[in-house]
Amino acid sequence: MTPRMTKLLLGLSAPVLALVAAFAITSLVLLIAGDPVGGVWGEILSVPEGRNIANIVNSASVLYLSGIAVAIGFRMNLFNIGVDGQYRVAAFTAAVVAGEAWLPGYLNTVLAIVCAMAVGALWAGIAGVLRATRGVSEVISTIMLNFIATSLVAFLLRKAAVREEGSNNIGTKEIPEGSRIPSFSFGDGPGQEIYGFVVIAVLVGVLYWFLLGSTRFGFDLRATGRSTTAAVASGISVTKMVVAAMLLSGAVAGLVGMPLLFGESYTYGSTFQSGLGFAGIAIALLGRNHPVGVAIGALLFAFLNEQSNPLQILVGVSPDIVAITQGVIVLTVVVSYELVRRYGVRLEQQSVARALESERAQREEVTA
Amino acid sequence: MTSTVEGSGPTAPTGPVSVRLRGIGKRFPGVIANDDIDIDVHRGTIHAIVGENGAGKSTLMKILYGVQPPDSGTIEIDGEQVRLSSPADAIRHGVGMVFQHFMLADNLTVLENVVLGAEKLHGIGGAARAEIARISAAYGLDIHPDTLVEDLGVGARQRVEILKVLYRGARIVILDEPTAVLVPQEVEELFANLQGLKREGLSVIFISHKLDEVLSVADEITVIRRGTTVRTVSPSEVTARQLAELMVGSELPSPSTETSTVTDQVLLSVRDLTLPVPSGRPLLDAVSFDIHRGEVLGIAGVEGNGQAELVESIMGMRPAATGTVSLDGQDIGGLSVRRRREAGIGYVPEDRHRHGLLLDAPLWENRILGHQTRSPSVKGPLIDKAGARSDTQRIIEQYDVRTPGADVLARALSGGNQQKLIVGREMSGDPVLLIAAHPTRGVDVGAQAAIWDHIKAARREGLAVLLISADLDELIGLSDRIEVILRGRLVGTFDPAHVTPEQLGSAMTGAGDDTEVSA
Ligand SMILES: Nc1ncnc2c1ncn2[C@@H]1O[C@H](COP(=O)(O)OP(=O)(O)OP(=O)(O)O)[C@@H](O)[C@H]1O
Ligand SMILES: [Mg+2]
Repeated sequence: MTPRMTKLLLGLSAPVLALVAAFAITSLVLLIAGDPVGGVWGEILSVPEGRNIANIVNSASVLYLSGIAVAIGFRMNLFNIGVDGQYRVAAFTAAVVAGEAWLPGYLNTVLAIVCAMAVGALWAGIAGVLRATRGVSEVISTIMLNFIATSLVAFLLRKAAVREEGSNNIGTKEIPEGSRIPSFSFGDGPGQEIYGFVVIAVLVGVLYWFLLGSTRFGFDLRATGRSTTAAVASGISVTKMVVAAMLLSGAVAGLVGMPLLFGESYTYGSTFQSGLGFAGIAIALLGRNHPVGVAIGALLFAFLNEQSNPLQILVGVSPDIVAITQGVIVLTVVVSYELVRRYGVRLEQQSVARALESERAQREEVTA
Repeated sequence: MTSTVEGSGPTAPTGPVSVRLRGIGKRFPGVIANDDIDIDVHRGTIHAIVGENGAGKSTLMKILYGVQPPDSGTIEIDGEQVRLSSPADAIRHGVGMVFQHFMLADNLTVLENVVLGAEKLHGIGGAARAEIARISAAYGLDIHPDTLVEDLGVGARQRVEILKVLYRGARIVILDEPTAVLVPQEVEELFANLQGLKREGLSVIFISHKLDEVLSVADEITVIRRGTTVRTVSPSEVTARQLAELMVGSELPSPSTETSTVTDQVLLSVRDLTLPVPSGRPLLDAVSFDIHRGEVLGIAGVEGNGQAELVESIMGMRPAATGTVSLDGQDIGGLSVRRRREAGIGYVPEDRHRHGLLLDAPLWENRILGHQTRSPSVKGPLIDKAGARSDTQRIIEQYDVRTPGADVLARALSGGNQQKLIVGREMSGDPVLLIAAHPTRGVDVGAQAAIWDHIKAARREGLAVLLISADLDELIGLSDRIEVILRGRLVGTFDPAHVTPEQLGSAMTGAGDDTEVSA
């Protein structure tokens, strides 16, 4: 086997190992609870239909943005727990701006998205500035900012909202047709439509990869994450980097609600999806902050969510069971990456040893 | 390669063997760190281990202290074969180790530091205090249980580390490069302590690159080259030169003397540099000096007298510093660290792990560190990976960094090789001023001479150097002028051509002064 192949296989085996372990643990939970293990897995692991695939891709794009937002912080050892609050203030702002439609057509869309990113950045920036100037832990401040975001949005929603016809839900003004982002369909079945925003999510991933791996800014960010002291000695202003990283993370967090807003709901209301920020933390961990890893993590989480929906009806098990699987995956993935790393080191040592042996044998032949 | 253990020299100790290592092997990806190592350490002796950077000394000691398992070979302690799978195991078998980086909590007392993690032995109260006092008296360590560690100098901290090991019942004490951070007086004290341990029947294993020291204190010396034991000799059979040749496997280059290249053009001018602290005496007190183009200014002092603060203030890492610093006639006092580096200051930090490297990044990324805005590591706002890689390769060759390649993590290099990489990096891009704190700390004799040659060559081209070193021979050999720093103040200027290490030593400790030295 070529070394490249070995490396690839090793890289794949870590997440596979984690998944297998997570499935085993979840099965154990099901067993103990006396639920039908086979039935549950049969349902979850069934091949999704066209409509479900669309749902998976759509919700993965949302989770992906959330995961990338968290990953940006992680690369600098910043724990942005506040993606949740950031995307909600941002989505609300964008909904209001787009609903007002000050600009025509797509100009309106662009303006709203820019506003969302700015507001998300600002909201995260508060935590960044507190950390940089006052040393306040960003974990604490972003959690607090989540609470404030929740209340603030609820409060403002009541002022800005119009009542949806025939329902008790309130929401912002609907975004006019011309400013919505069209979906593209990949089949003729009902609901086989993928958000146009998925393209932007992919773009964000590419930009993230490029920024971190190939630019000076990215280098400074990673260096600060690895060692603050060495970063300072190398001429990086750590306070500036903290603020910059939080702003960037917040700006991406600001995008999290956009696929939903412009592709599905067209309004921000009391039923707008919540909790996406926390899923992002798990997904960033699972994907090891790597743009492709995070994408796989997001797809996996979206897959589990989607496939567990009918569990209640079909086998009488609460879909919450996948939340357990998801949690366990995050734990097992940490363990299995370490196991596989050690195994890789052992393999490499053995190959060094073999090389040494053959060298020795050759030498002996020469001297003999 | 054949390895022989010659324990039968004329004055070789013949007492019982306390540590017997046989056929020890350890491999890391791409590197054979230890290969078939055989060593006998006799009870009641000081056994030195010498070898080039990357020869495998630290790896071997970590194996003996249970930090990493060997791939092959056996360890016998007092005749009994043992498996050491953790430091706790090692301590149970009477093996203790003092690392080069001290592991003491500054804000705790000696007593608290010593009993930490060993509460079961003598409790944490009177009995523990009595035991510490007993050990201190028995081995002449002169340590008081209730002093705060932050009030202790480097030498005393090291004695606390030794005491910690003895307190846990060690009969075999390993010291990895203990003298690198010490000034000569402290080295002598340490050696007196080691003699004390020896008298009590303990065995000491110690690693050093300073061959004169090794010859003066060791009873036996084992030379390791490229992971294998070359020979074990007794200090009476060899000279430092022969020892070095055993280490390298060939003759050493002889260092050449240099004529002065000092010009009359002031390059760095420091005036009234003061670093106040909210309460108490300032860390730097009105420090003023000039360095000319082509001049090396050496700063002598016991560690902890303001050297680190001086360097960091000139680099711009201490915003609280007052006074003026100008480079080539331009006031750089308001500039950021990055601007100062861009203005042509190279910086070899005192603590390579904290300030010099990204340990978990590959070497080529470490090449970029500190040069993020300059070629060959960047092109505009982008990182130039190819440029950084090939320049790393250049450093690896020019500075003889022993590594399988530029993609290896910095953590995987031996201490001395990390140091060579840093020096090579800071000398790239033709700096006008090099601020070098202990540039050859932990570096073997051959590489030390090579680094000196690089500095001398750059000096001929007009490089100005601010040299901080605990190694007085290095200071005297390299400097054009020496200033002594004591409690944050420059207290005397010496001409290296006429000063002796003894004179410097007494100036550094403020001899004639009746107050305590170094805080
Ligand atoms: N964790 C590691 N991973 C990979 N390689 C390692 C690791 N630790 C040590 N090595 C390699 O093993 C070899 C021996 O290293 P070691 O630290 O024992 O050298 P040393 O003799 O102590 O050198 P020095 O005098 O520079 O301290 C070196 O080539 C080093 O690069
Ligand atoms: Mg070492």
